[in-house]
Amino acid sequence: MTGDLVVQFLAQGAQMFLVLLIAPLAVGVVRRVKARLMRRRGAPLLQGYRDLAKLLRKESIVADSASWLFRAAPSLIFALTWVAAALVPSFASGLMFNWAADVVALVALLGAARALLALAGMDVGTSFGGIGSSREMMIATLAEPAMMLIVLTLAIAAGTTRLAGVADFFIAEPLAVRVSLALSLVALIIVALAENARIPVDNPVTHLELTMVHEAMILEYSGRHLALIEAASYLKLVLYLSLLICLFAPFGMAPATAGVSGWIVGLLVWSAKLLAGAALLGVWEVSIAKMRVFRLPGFLGVAFVFGFLAILLAFLTRGVIQ
Amino acid sequence: MTRGYEISHLLAGAMLVTSFALLYQERIAAVLKTFAAQSITLALAVAWAASSQDRPELFITSLIALCLKGIVIPVALHRTVVKLGIHREVEKVVGVGIALLVGLALTGLAQALLLKVAQGTASHAREDLALALAIILLGFLMMIVRRNAVTQVVGFMSMENGLILAATGARGMPLVVEVSVAFSVLIALFVFAVFVFRIRERFDTIDIEALDRMRGDTR
Repeated sequence: MTGDLVVQFLAQGAQMFLVLLIAPLAVGVVRRVKARLMRRRGAPLLQGYRDLAKLLRKESIVADSASWLFRAAPSLIFALTWVAAALVPSFASGLMFNWAADVVALVALLGAARALLALAGMDVGTSFGGIGSSREMMIATLAEPAMMLIVLTLAIAAGTTRLAGVADFFIAEPLAVRVSLALSLVALIIVALAENARIPVDNPVTHLELTMVHEAMILEYSGRHLALIEAASYLKLVLYLSLLICLFAPFGMAPATAGVSGWIVGLLVWSAKLLAGAALLGVWEVSIAKMRVFRLPGFLGVAFVFGFLAILLAFLTRGVIQ
Repeated sequence: MTRGYEISHLLAGAMLVTSFALLYQERIAAVLKTFAAQSITLALAVAWAASSQDRPELFITSLIALCLKGIVIPVALHRTVVKLGIHREVEKVVGVGIALLVGLALTGLAQALLLKVAQGTASHAREDLALALAIILLGFLMMIVRRNAVTQVVGFMSMENGLILAATGARGMPLVVEVSVAFSVLIALFVFAVFVFRIRERFDTIDIEALDRMRGDTR
């Protein structure tokens, strides 16, 4: 029995380090696909790891006006995001800490990380940081209600807010083509794009002061602080991709009772789905243009409308409204 | 059988989404494209109902929806718009955000109403009717919140899309009625078009606010 416990513990630990290891690769795939579609050669797939290694080696310069918050924020943001990313079920649904992988807890962890990032952006007192923080909070206030509506829709469908429980439900009920689920999928994709600062909302590769959101907040960071923040943003991308996979395409995920061999199959399937998702994101980013900041409320409003419609329809199907 | 209902609900849900897209669009050309998408989705939904419920006469309805409302009417309206030179931004009475929120409220209203009214019926019929009613109400809303005559015509047509969806879901409407409804809508479109041109000749604009002056209301 204790041996079993050790294996369970190792599997959970493997998942924690797996998301950390694969995150720069996923970002590398997105960048590579974008570059190839623009007929550029693009950076090598492993550039993310090299960037992080380089930043970790460099000296970290901190502004005179920075408080302790500025120094503490990167580690905290990284820790919060890592915990959140490690909780999302990836290759197996019945891991040791799956009871903690509650969607509401996930939203709370990410919300805390974002609040810290916005505070850190304003801490040094430069104008860019303030602009970035204000825009980030605008996006957050619009994206978070939509996210909560999606969560509630899934909770109504599956009867639980636990991610592993939702995944198990959708594995057990194949091809549940429901209108409310289709709507919440679209809404979740929009929220994921907004939260990860991907193209229609924010462009992660430019430093153009008119448009940048995420980059404006972290402009004052350098060295290992920057490395932590970059790693957190890579992790967040993997988190949202895993979340989409876990909620809407959980097929091939190892069930709770699967042993090591089941986990390995689940791992291969999950990695393939993750890389496919990253490639799709690259294609999407090449095919559309960045929006003006003032059009963002409309774009995120669509996510809210879809989330709301989804929850209405979920109620209707079950006939709960009295 | 349940798979059949799930797909028909998916198509009806897609129509509801295009209804919201109609409220969201800011340019007349985009509105017309969205309307064409809605009509094609309607044609698909009707065709699916025809094949899954074994009612071949519905294929004719589907074909009418596809040809007339998916292709002919959007193209005709597009030509009108180009001829009038108004394919710029659409003037709205209220902002997009408010329109979408009111749309959500109307959808909720439609569903609450249907749950009350159709309490005993099967849940799939209820869901179909609720979606259709929501599309009809959103068509009304579109006619209310747009000032431009062409987009009001589109609102009217999308309302009619909702009616046809409801009719196919309720397995009742005879083919004769359907054909006559389709043609009456086409005639209504001609009447609308004539009106639009007359309004434009008289006032040099198709913004219906200009009619207020005619009536004596001033703003």
